[in-house]
Amino acid sequence: MSASSGAIERFDDKARQTFESAGRTTVYRGELVRHPVYTRALHWTVALFFFLALFSGFGIYLPWLFRWFTPIFGGGQLSRIMHPYFGVGFVFFFALQVLNWLQPMLWAPGDTRWMLNIKAIASGQEKVDPPETGFFNAGQKVMFWEIVAGCIVYIITGTILWAGAKTFGGIAVAVSYVLHDISALIMLGGIFIHIYQSTFGEPGTFQAMVRGAVSEAWAWTFHPAWYKQVTGRDPVQACEEARRAMLSNERR
Amino acid sequence: MADRKTLQAVMISGHTNPSPGFAMQRDLEVCKLVDTTTCIGCKACEVACVEWNDMPFTPTTFDNTYQTMPQTTAHFWNLIKFNEHQNPDGTIQWLMRKDQCMHCADPGCLAACPADGAIVKYANGIVDFNQENCIGCEFCVSGCPFDIPRFNPATKRVYKCTLCSDRVGEGLEPACIKACPTGCLKFGSKDDMKFIAEERAKQLRDNFGWQNAGVYDPQSVGGTHVIYVLHDATDPERYGSLPKNPQIPWSYTWWKWLAKPVFGTFALLGGLGILIHHVINGPRLPQPEPPKKDGTNVSF
Repeated sequence: MSASSGAIERFDDKARQTFESAGRTTVYRGELVRHPVYTRALHWTVALFFFLALFSGFGIYLPWLFRWFTPIFGGGQLSRIMHPYFGVGFVFFFALQVLNWLQPMLWAPGDTRWMLNIKAIASGQEKVDPPETGFFNAGQKVMFWEIVAGCIVYIITGTILWAGAKTFGGIAVAVSYVLHDISALIMLGGIFIHIYQSTFGEPGTFQAMVRGAVSEAWAWTFHPAWYKQVTGRDPVQACEEARRAMLSNERR
Repeated sequence: MADRKTLQAVMISGHTNPSPGFAMQRDLEVCKLVDTTTCIGCKACEVACVEWNDMPFTPTTFDNTYQTMPQTTAHFWNLIKFNEHQNPDGTIQWLMRKDQCMHCADPGCLAACPADGAIVKYANGIVDFNQENCIGCEFCVSGCPFDIPRFNPATKRVYKCTLCSDRVGEGLEPACIKACPTGCLKFGSKDDMKFIAEERAKQLRDNFGWQNAGVYDPQSVGGTHVIYVLHDATDPERYGSLPKNPQIPWSYTWWKWLAKPVFGTFALLGGLGILIHHVINGPRLPQPEPPKKDGTNVSF
């Protein structure tokens, strides 16, 4: 474990340092660093290639409904030629993100409890996340590992579809065609949830991927264990103090 | 065709006899009949196809048979396949089959194609590729049970036999038919060709001792507009990759036409679901939230 993971760590550290010197993360008082420049750059590169692949794939997926997507890419022929390259870009940059995020994305015992409690959390009954929720919550981890699985499916089926029936045979293409679709449908559903949760669903999240910093209140609300780890303070206590301060402000 | 039929006189004033063309039937569906029992392997049809369609030279390899090349290419749509079949009694059959697009009534290539207007099926049964609309995805190659469409890497388009739709549209027979010296190739309406083929198969059964002689017109793809008379219709495989029961893959039938739109709609409805979730539950705000106007969330 140590030799290879050490190499990955060195690679990640080097990349983070390089990007940190190129970009900037401004942290104001009452804020915490959430995502360094490297993570943000990777995220938006992955997002760019994801949407290019998604939209160029739409016209091929359901032409009678989505054929108006193909002119965006210069017509059907160019859509078909570029779609695999977009896909390769998506998988490549997501692979870098996997190396970057492998450690915080590992499944923890608390994640199973989070998942069992997902209804209360998603409906907003639980105002704050369970105290053992770390840098990523279980929902984010499921999304992450789903994309890892999806990328493996994309690589295998995409290669078969790219090379075509003359290389891999008609049956392989016909099966890959369906698996490629299913993987895309799952990710299409996932991206709705991802965008919603990071913008309107949980306000204060979007800036984590844009500016790289989040408010302390955001941290103790949605990722209490991470808050405790980086500040050393108890998240519940910190929240109560903030509430009292807010109320005394109110009375004044 | 239809407009000619509407201008057909059915009643004529002061005319004693039935009107001209009375009870005449006009059959729209065309068909090519290939009688493998009278093919001599002269390859005149191959040359005629290359000539008429103005194909460039296609390099080939010699594999110790009379066959021009291992399989059809993007520039060679019509190939006589030579096969040596050993009968159970030790005798050898030297089989020659003209391999080309079968022009299925239920075309697998068309079902698989995602490009608008790249593959069309005409009312006369001809299945044609419009290369200007082809996006070169090659799904048609995997959708075809006869392994016919051929991808040209230079143009990134797929090509195959057109049944000389340009000639047929002008009332001419396909080029291969015109070139055939033995009459093994015939062209006409589907009904006529089916009738001739059945007659020939009966002749082979009754007079020539081919008990299993029959017509190859596979119903699993709704019938084809190229039909064969075979010495042994129970074993078409011996003629070189002629499937006994050609099937279109299920990915291009129920998955593409039912599951895809249904699941796609579900995925898009997910977007609507999120809107509903937001309207019903609202956002989860970082705690502590500012006190509400009525003071209901001042303390837990």
